[in-house]
Amino acid sequence: MRSDLAQFELVHAATLREACERLEAGYRPLAGGTDVMVMLSAGKLQQRRWVDVWGIDELRGIDVRPDSIALGALTTYTEVRRHEILSREFPMLAQAASETGGIAIQNRGTLGGNIANASPAADSPPALLAYDAEVVLVSRTGTRRVPYASYHTGYKRTVAVPGEIIAQVVLPRSGERVHYYRKVGPRRAQAISKVCMAACAKMAGQRVASMRIALGGVAPTPVRAEEAERAIVAAEPLARVREALARAIAPIDDMRSTARYRRRVAENLLDDLLELMGHVGLAS
Amino acid sequence: MADRAPVAFRVNGKPCAPRVHPMRRLLDVLREDLQLTGTKEGCGEGECGACAVLIDGKLVDSCLVPVGQVSGHEVTTIEGLASGSTLSSIQQAFVEHGGAQCGICTPGMILAARELLDRVPHPVEGEIREALAGNICRCTGYTRIFASVVRAIEIERGGA
Repeated sequence: MRSDLAQFELVHAATLREACERLEAGYRPLAGGTDVMVMLSAGKLQQRRWVDVWGIDELRGIDVRPDSIALGALTTYTEVRRHEILSREFPMLAQAASETGGIAIQNRGTLGGNIANASPAADSPPALLAYDAEVVLVSRTGTRRVPYASYHTGYKRTVAVPGEIIAQVVLPRSGERVHYYRKVGPRRAQAISKVCMAACAKMAGQRVASMRIALGGVAPTPVRAEEAERAIVAAEPLARVREALARAIAPIDDMRSTARYRRRVAENLLDDLLELMGHVGLAS
Repeated sequence: MADRAPVAFRVNGKPCAPRVHPMRRLLDVLREDLQLTGTKEGCGEGECGACAVLIDGKLVDSCLVPVGQVSGHEVTTIEGLASGSTLSSIQQAFVEHGGAQCGICTPGMILAARELLDRVPHPVEGEIREALAGNICRCTGYTRIFASVVRAIEIERGGA
C-alpha cells in the first residue's frame, strides 16, 4: 500500500542548528533515504514530519586526527570504502561498506543512518563495535559522546532521545593488527545478513593481548561477545571459547533464517576467526 | 497541489521546476510529471536497480530519493545519454552484443556502467561485475551485459 503523501512533511535544513530546532519540534532526520523511503513506499512509515539533513555540511567529512578518526554522520558507504586511511586502519568498516547493498545504495546510505535505523542485521555495527567506536549526539541544548557499545538498548531502541541527532562516529586509532569481518547472506551483493561477525585483536608475540568480537543478526541488537573475548585472551580451551560465544547470542527464526542455522554459522565464524589467528595460545 | 513550491533541478542538462510534494519519489516525478519514462520501476525498494539514474554523476536508485533532495542538482536519465539519434557508446555496445532483452533493467544497467566508466576508464571484469551487482536482470543471465560493457570500453578507447 503506497502512502498518501499529503500526510507527510519534508522540510529542508541548511545547518545543524536549524535541523536541531526542527528535531526539538518533533521532526526526524532524513539522510540518504535508503531505509525511510522503503518504509514510505510500503505504507509503513509512522513518522509524518521529516527534516532533510542531506545538505548539512557540518555532518559530512572524514576528519583524521592523531588518535582518532571522526566520520560525519552523513559519510556514505562509498566515501568509507574509498578512504585510504580508513581502508588501511579500519578495513572491516571498509569491507562492511563494500558489502552493503550495491553501488546505488552505497552512494546514498550513510553511517549515521545505518546506526539510527538500528537494525540488528545491519552490516556496519559489528565493525563499529569491534573498533570500540563512540557516537556523538547533538541536540539544540548540547552535545554528548556515547560509547557505541551502549548505544543500542533493545530491538530498534537506542539511547538517543527525541531532539537528538547523530552528528559523528569516532573511531580510536588503536593499531589492532588482526581484523576479521565476515557477512553471511543469501547472495554476495544486495543481500541482508543472516549472521555477521567482526573481530579485531592486538597481539603480543604469540599471545593475544586484547580482542573484541561483535556480531550482527543474532540478537535484538548488534552484540559484543565479551566473555568469549576474555576466554581467548586468557588462552582458555577452545570449547570454553565456543560456549562463551554461544551464551552471547540469542538468534531467532525469522524471514531471513533460522535460529539453528544462525547459531551454527556463528560457531563456524568463530572457528574461522581462530584459524586466522593461528589458534594463538589456545588449547584445542 | 497548485500551492506547492516548485522543486528546481536539471534533468539531462535542461532546467525544470515541477510543483510536486518534496517527498514524492524522484522516479515518479521523472516518469509521471516529466514524461521521462525511460527510467523503469522494478521492485520499488532499492533491490533491483531498474530505476537507477545519476545525480551529479553518482548512481542512485530513484525510487529511494525524495525529489526535494534533488533541488539544485543535476539528474541524468537514460534519455540523456544519446545525442540526437546517435547512441552513446554503452547503448551502441548493448545493441551489438544483445545486452538488452525485455528492456526493463537496461536503462539502470547502462547508467550503472556509465558511472563505472566515468570513474574507472579501464575496469577489469571483477570491477564490472561489482559495479552492476545492484542491478538485477531476469532475461540475459548477465553474460551478454558484461560483454556489452567490455565492448563499450573498446569503443571508448577509440576502437571501432
